[in-house]
Amino acid sequence: MAKNVCIITEYRNGDFRRVTHEVASEGRRIADALGTGLVAVALGSGISAKAPDLGKYGVDKVYVVDDPALEYYLAGVFVPVIAEVLKQLDPAAVLLPASVDGRDLGARLGARMNVTLLQDVIEVVVGDDGKIKAKWPMFSGKCFAWCEWADGVPPLLSIRPNIMQTQLLDESRKAEIEAASAPIPKPRASVLKYELDTSGKVELTEAEIIVSGGRGMKDAANYAMLEDLAGQLGAAVGASRAAVDSGWRPHSDQVGQTGKVVNPNLYIAVGISGAIQHLAGMGYSKYIVAVNKDADAPIFTKADYGIIEDLFTFVPALTEEVKKLKNS
Amino acid sequence: MNIVVIIKQTPDTETVIRLAPDNKRIVTSDIKWIINPYDEFAIEAALRLKEKHGGTVTVISFGAQRVVEALRTALAMGADDAVLIDDPQMRDADFLRVTRALVAAAKEKNPDIIFIGSRTVDYDQGQRGAILAEMLGWPHFALAISMESDGKDITIERPIEGGKVTLKAPLPVLVTFGGSHAVWNPRYASLPGIMKAKKKPLAVKKLTDLGLDPADFSPDKARIRITSLELPPQRKAGKIIDGGLDTSGKARELVKLLREEARVI
Ligand SMILES: Cc1cc2nc3c(=O)[nH]c(=O)nc-3n(C[C@H](O)[C@H](O)[C@H](O)COP(=O)(O)OP(=O)(O)OC[C@H]3O[C@@H](n4cnc5c(N)ncnc54)[C@H](O)[C@@H]3O)c2cc1C
Ligand SMILES: Nc1ncnc2c1ncn2[C@@H]1O[C@H](COP(=O)(O)O)[C@@H](O)[C@H]1O
Repeated sequence: MAKNVCIITEYRNGDFRRVTHEVASEGRRIADALGTGLVAVALGSGISAKAPDLGKYGVDKVYVVDDPALEYYLAGVFVPVIAEVLKQLDPAAVLLPASVDGRDLGARLGARMNVTLLQDVIEVVVGDDGKIKAKWPMFSGKCFAWCEWADGVPPLLSIRPNIMQTQLLDESRKAEIEAASAPIPKPRASVLKYELDTSGKVELTEAEIIVSGGRGMKDAANYAMLEDLAGQLGAAVGASRAAVDSGWRPHSDQVGQTGKVVNPNLYIAVGISGAIQHLAGMGYSKYIVAVNKDADAPIFTKADYGIIEDLFTFVPALTEEVKKLKNS
Repeated sequence: MNIVVIIKQTPDTETVIRLAPDNKRIVTSDIKWIINPYDEFAIEAALRLKEKHGGTVTVISFGAQRVVEALRTALAMGADDAVLIDDPQMRDADFLRVTRALVAAAKEKNPDIIFIGSRTVDYDQGQRGAILAEMLGWPHFALAISMESDGKDITIERPIEGGKVTLKAPLPVLVTFGGSHAVWNPRYASLPGIMKAKKKPLAVKKLTDLGLDPADFSPDKARIRITSLELPPQRKAGKIIDGGLDTSGKARELVKLLREEARVI
């Protein structure tokens, strides 16, 4: 029998993270192209109850390791357990999320199993000969590279969140479950604190819409205006390096080559000039709107829609119009 | 405390990327080279640790002779010595093998702790740290945005999607540095620093000097290879919404376009 394609899930706070469904859907597509099944390796505390739901996204069978010691991701625990399960499964290819933890896990797993991980993949093709090729953005997206693995090396790839289409196959489809056996090592590292923002703030790398402010915002307090607009749109708020360096926004909001690389459907750049490092981080957005009072700002050369206006008058007007739309 | 920092020289973030005619490499002839920004954060963290607890900071890199400049900059910032692995046999080596050479060079320094950037701004793979740690059999903490150590244990904070985790472990640990300039604010090389750096030790090593077999690094042993590069589709300037409209008129028009043309809201 042909070897299966395998995904590694990411589970947090009692549920699979959305990116897991994206990875499953892409895994299903690859498995179909190879004419094989799709299996998953799922680690977590209390994960067994949810695991059958992965069937909806095309997973045939889930190998579950359900243990209280797997509440939080720690490389020292997850890597040996997953490596052991994968050794038994001997899959044709392994996919996992290029999330914060997934990237960490994948790199270490690749080294342990002596296969090479390709991180942050945005496109996968399967040739007629069954060979897998994958594409990833280098230089924060200023250039793309296609890669292939040597014969006999099973591809290991982490999939960038928010890129692959989620395919809900069938609401009632259930995956088969099997408890996988692997010893769970005692970690040398310990989790002192695990703090999640419960305000419902949208994570930049997973946001559909981002409203981002730059030096033009002039002051930390003025971001309330962007928060307002973002609230109406269900958007996340981002920032340029200039705004972060000025201390107006936390570093975790920085978009760009030394910040986050984002891929929303809509990116609204407010008071941002469009430096090459900033463009590198958001150039992959489906639609870009620029609001800037300087008609010569480079951001306008990349924007689908440009507004040459003072942001302090335009942003409130835009928020008003969005409100009207939402109420109509 | 022996602190080792692994750095890479990357193209300046200002660089406009152009492809060589074979579409397999980028044009490097007119590139300005810098220390990978995240590796600079790692150097800064190492120097702060040394200022607190004493010890030495060794910077290690792999690459062509031009990388000497990056190492000298690190020495000028305050590192004590440097090692460059420069071996033509490694030119096309893949991630795992480059890292194996870096591990061999790091081991020679008996490190208590290793610092490295969380990713390089050229390949953007964010793998080196985790691979290095795996090869050493050490724990690693990735994407640190803070770092405290008393010389025995180390505590870091690491951002995750929508939150933050605080981790602690006894040394040895490898730490990869995330955050941004605002978090680490890496120091500049001072003029006296630059003068002193000229006299600091900088060793250049080949694979055999590190006890590695060059045959293991031959291009045909690569487990992954780049088959082609491509540039992203050029984004073109779209429309400027004007049409003699006033501010709320433009806002209304934008909402209409986003709704009906782009269909994103
Ligand atoms: C190593 C390195 C890494 C970097 N990494 C990043 C990165 O990851 N992300 C990043 O963003 N940058 C990065 N940069 C910095 C980058 O080069 C720019 O300096 C930065 O992006 C500029 O931010 P900005 O557009 O907000 O500010 P500016 O360039 O100052 O632009 C402000 C804009 O606001 C407009 N404006 C001002 N007032 C108003 C108003 N009232 N109404 C409307 N418009 C107004 C102005 O016309 C101007 O265009 C990096 C730089 C280096 C050297
Ligand atoms: N001097 C260097 N130090 C570390 N990695 C290097 C160096 N030169 C090249 N590399 C390669 O660059 C890759 C991408 O780096 P990263 O994005 O950090 O994973 C690494 O995995 C190495 O293969």
